[in-house]
Amino acid sequence: MEYLIGIQGPDFVLVAADNVAASSIIQMKHDYDKMFKLSEKILLLCVGEAGDTVQFAEYIQKNVQLYKMRNGYELSPAAAANFTRKNLADYLRSRTPYHVNLLLAGYDEADGPGLYYMDYLSALAKAPFAAHGYGAFLTLSILDRYYRPDLTREEAVDLLKKCLEELNKRFILNLPSFTVRLIDKDGIHDMEKLPVAPK
Amino acid sequence: MALQDVCGFLETLDDISPCTYLPNEMGYMWRTPCEFDRDSAFHFLFPSQQCRRKNRAPTLFSSAFSSLSPHQQPFQLSHGTTTLGFIFQDGVIAAADTRASCKGLICCPISQKIMPIHSHLVVNTSGSGADCMLWERILTREMRLYQLRHHKRLSVNGAAKLLSMMLHPFKGTNVCVAATLCGWDEEQETRKTLQACMEIADVKEAMERDSSVSTILDESAQGCVKMASINKQDENLKDAHAMNPTVSHQNTKNVLSTFGSRSGPRVCYVCSDGLQLKGEIISVGSGSPYAYAVLDDGWRWGMTVDEAVALAREAVFRATHWDAYSGNNVDLFHITAHGWRRRDREDLKEEYYRERERKKKKIKEREKERQKKEGGELAEGEGDIYSVCCR
Repeated sequence: MEYLIGIQGPDFVLVAADNVAASSIIQMKHDYDKMFKLSEKILLLCVGEAGDTVQFAEYIQKNVQLYKMRNGYELSPAAAANFTRKNLADYLRSRTPYHVNLLLAGYDEADGPGLYYMDYLSALAKAPFAAHGYGAFLTLSILDRYYRPDLTREEAVDLLKKCLEELNKRFILNLPSFTVRLIDKDGIHDMEKLPVAPK
Repeated sequence: MALQDVCGFLETLDDISPCTYLPNEMGYMWRTPCEFDRDSAFHFLFPSQQCRRKNRAPTLFSSAFSSLSPHQQPFQLSHGTTTLGFIFQDGVIAAADTRASCKGLICCPISQKIMPIHSHLVVNTSGSGADCMLWERILTREMRLYQLRHHKRLSVNGAAKLLSMMLHPFKGTNVCVAATLCGWDEEQETRKTLQACMEIADVKEAMERDSSVSTILDESAQGCVKMASINKQDENLKDAHAMNPTVSHQNTKNVLSTFGSRSGPRVCYVCSDGLQLKGEIISVGSGSPYAYAVLDDGWRWGMTVDEAVALAREAVFRATHWDAYSGNNVDLFHITAHGWRRRDREDLKEEYYRERERKKKKIKEREKERQKKEGGELAEGEGDIYSVCCR
């Protein structure tokens, strides 16, 4: 139903998410933003069950900001990812587990760019590329074929476009537009929304 | 509710339930209603944990959790109703049908699904009738408390967030509320920008303007609007415009500039399963697909009030025609900066017959035109192949 994708380059991370907010069979919103800004250089992409996504993502967002206020410096992406995973794991065996699938993308001054894949069972993996949703079945092999660790930004956007074209061609649901953002040492940059016309 | 609080009535609880909002600080402390922080919006009992997450209907995502679940439905389009709300340049329209159904029975053909919360906010409810009534009252109470404590109205988005947070502990239980909050936000900023603008103008005129406009703002800020007070405010504004035509121009310019930012019309959807959406057009219920089709076709930001009202009426009418769980009458509310105004309840059965008459008339007219055309063509070109073929 929902789709997230992330591609890590040598000095940037490119992430995209679809813009549909659906309620049973109706698309209630066409311009819904599924990315949550944790800090100047960390983005959390969150999909899953209706209320859980916003609730959990905002909880993490506020806690990361609280850390900055208390300690004077921001959490690194690795630390934020592990904090998120710990919270997911704590709630997993409680009576109110959060059913959310996440991608955390960030840029660290020391470690460089990082993309972290997390799922609702609180598995965490640092990956060069990752995707969530039914669309992932269709696009992971494309990423496998064409991904190289030394992609330029243009090549990464082209790879992303290839994936979205495949989705439009073979995915049964209509995902008309995607929000695309790029994180590098200068922060988070909004890129133009990608609607790809079906071929 | 209020009496219960005042008496300090304690209710015994079956289970200890940890507060999900403060996992680390509160731990497993359970607070009885007396000890609860009076300022907290969550000043009511949380549900017993035993019933949580048991009745959750399985979704595509919850396959990992094997819980006792009711029968599988292809998709959940419960909420037998049609409600809609949309914003446009001149305010917000909220419309709904009036049929309350229970499986196959119409429990009440004249129920009211749109309920005013305060002078500038109205809520369309769908889902379980009892839940909606209760949560509407709880929301009204919390908004009134906010207004008394902070001396300003809570914005529509704020109210939606508040309702969403209050409903979150009940996620997974059988609480079924899908509410659309339709209202007009008025920020204190608008008053400041107006006054700042006035200071630029002539000092003498500025003093006159200040006195007239500030009285208007005071009146509108006091809320509680009925038709009479709306008319009064209209008269006051007219007077102000008559006195100082340049002021009205500045006022409208300021209102327009603050439109997208802090003040203006807002529509927000809150669902008991946690979904919260802000948008321009929201429709909820089993009749919502039909309503969306009409709304998507006819909605423009620059609609006039009459066009908007007609669009909303038509959307509800079409939905009630196709959907078995919607029908009877249509209620319509129009919310502007002055407050909400209610249109008389209209029986859609008459509309159905009127439409049939209109269609018959149109077919007759088209038939006449066609005959005229054919008659004209025959008169003009008798040897024309096409006219012969058209016969």
